[in-house]
Amino acid sequence: MSNLIPRDEEDQQRRATRYGQLVAQYRPRPPIGRNLALAFVVGGSICFIGQIFYNLFLELALSPREAAAPTLAVMILLGALATGLGIYDELAQIGGAGAAIPISGFSNTVTAAAMDYKREGFILGMGAKMFIIAGPVLVYGIITGFTIALIRVFLLGM
Amino acid sequence: MEKKQGDRTYMFANPPALIGAKSVVGPKEAAGPVGQYFDLKIDDPLFGETTAEKAERRFLIEATNATLEGANLAKDQIDFFLAGDLLNQIVSASFTARELRLPFLGLYGACSTMAEGGMLAGFLIDGGFAQNVLVGVSSHYQTAERQFRYPIELNIKHKLSAQYTVTGAGAFLYAKGGDGPYLKGVTVGKVVDYKIKDPSDMGAAMAPAAADTILQHFEDTGREPDYYDLIFTGDLGKVGMQLVNALLEQCGTRLGSNYQDGGVMIFGGDGAFGAGGSGCACSAVITAGYILRELAAGRLKRVLLVGTGALHSPLTWQQGESIPGIAHGIVLER
Repeated sequence: MSNLIPRDEEDQQRRATRYGQLVAQYRPRPPIGRNLALAFVVGGSICFIGQIFYNLFLELALSPREAAAPTLAVMILLGALATGLGIYDELAQIGGAGAAIPISGFSNTVTAAAMDYKREGFILGMGAKMFIIAGPVLVYGIITGFTIALIRVFLLGM
Repeated sequence: MEKKQGDRTYMFANPPALIGAKSVVGPKEAAGPVGQYFDLKIDDPLFGETTAEKAERRFLIEATNATLEGANLAKDQIDFFLAGDLLNQIVSASFTARELRLPFLGLYGACSTMAEGGMLAGFLIDGGFAQNVLVGVSSHYQTAERQFRYPIELNIKHKLSAQYTVTGAGAFLYAKGGDGPYLKGVTVGKVVDYKIKDPSDMGAAMAPAAADTILQHFEDTGREPDYYDLIFTGDLGKVGMQLVNALLEQCGTRLGSNYQDGGVMIFGGDGAFGAGGSGCACSAVITAGYILRELAAGRLKRVLLVGTGALHSPLTWQQGESIPGIAHGIVLER
């Protein structure tokens, strides 16, 4: 029998450990410096576009607080549009987290899922699965937000 | 003559002939390094259909029809249609069988299905149960992404070790007697799991199974690696290929430049496609398009094809299980 078939459970574990070390030698290493720089450029550019709209809304005599909501809405719209046009996933290949983390990236997760699952119908497909990627972000975002707000209320009062 | 040799290699008494084969690929495969060899190149990955799943079936139907036409055989001369794909319940294969109306046996060997199908075709024909056996496999980038990974347009940066599923289909017609390269023998794979858990590193998950089957084949037959002009693994990609070499060297076997991998051949190993191609269609279109042409031209005489498959599901992965691999070897000779 070939030398590569484990004899028993113990042998299997030993081989797995040794093989893990071998794989680590051959696994390609991502160019971290380059990835960081590209993430900065892509993420920065998205934020720059956001800043332009923010300033525009300030010009329209909105207060800084009021200007935030329409800015986010515009960035969500742009993210969805770029997803529909098939650009956003390409952007993510270049910018990685720089494309994923801004709110346009969040918009992409919802739009991409909606586009995919539309083929299974509007109710059981799109309606049910639109938040398959964004869902955990919402769940844990809300839990975290609520917890932090509670801590704040206890420490600083209403 | 005893057909079984050693532990799990079988040599056919009357080797079936591979009398026809066709490859159908999408645009990215056609634009790749071996694009010129494919029989049918389709510009639209959706093949004019409304869903990717329908498109994948269309690729498989085109491949099977083209193969039957090319071999000048009517459907009623086919005794068995053996087919498989990557989708849940192997719908591409069974829905294609619905169109073909042939006696159908569905297979699942993940990306090793082409080799598994060839092996079973050999058993059926040499065993005297069939005259002609049609084997078909397919995969599609979009259907595989949807089932195994994420929505297609999602902002996920692919890892360098990840592989890109080949869009296409291959069909093969094995016959008792006839002209073409002969299926001389097969080595049946065992499921080997060296506890790799990362589905974006499938080359590493499948490499131990591939190395095991290659090694077992040499042990069972008494052959050396240089017996073959080409030793071909289906879709290990660049990382998996290096690991096969490393594992075999640890066992004292060295493969030379006659060792190639379908995943690396179809997309290259360092480009935008990560470590290379994958999917049932990867090994199938390269075999049908490239290897059989080279065999016909006499530039290759003896080929050991090793189909490699990762036998996990998205569910087992999410439940923290490792990825078992399998590899089946088939020998084609002029």
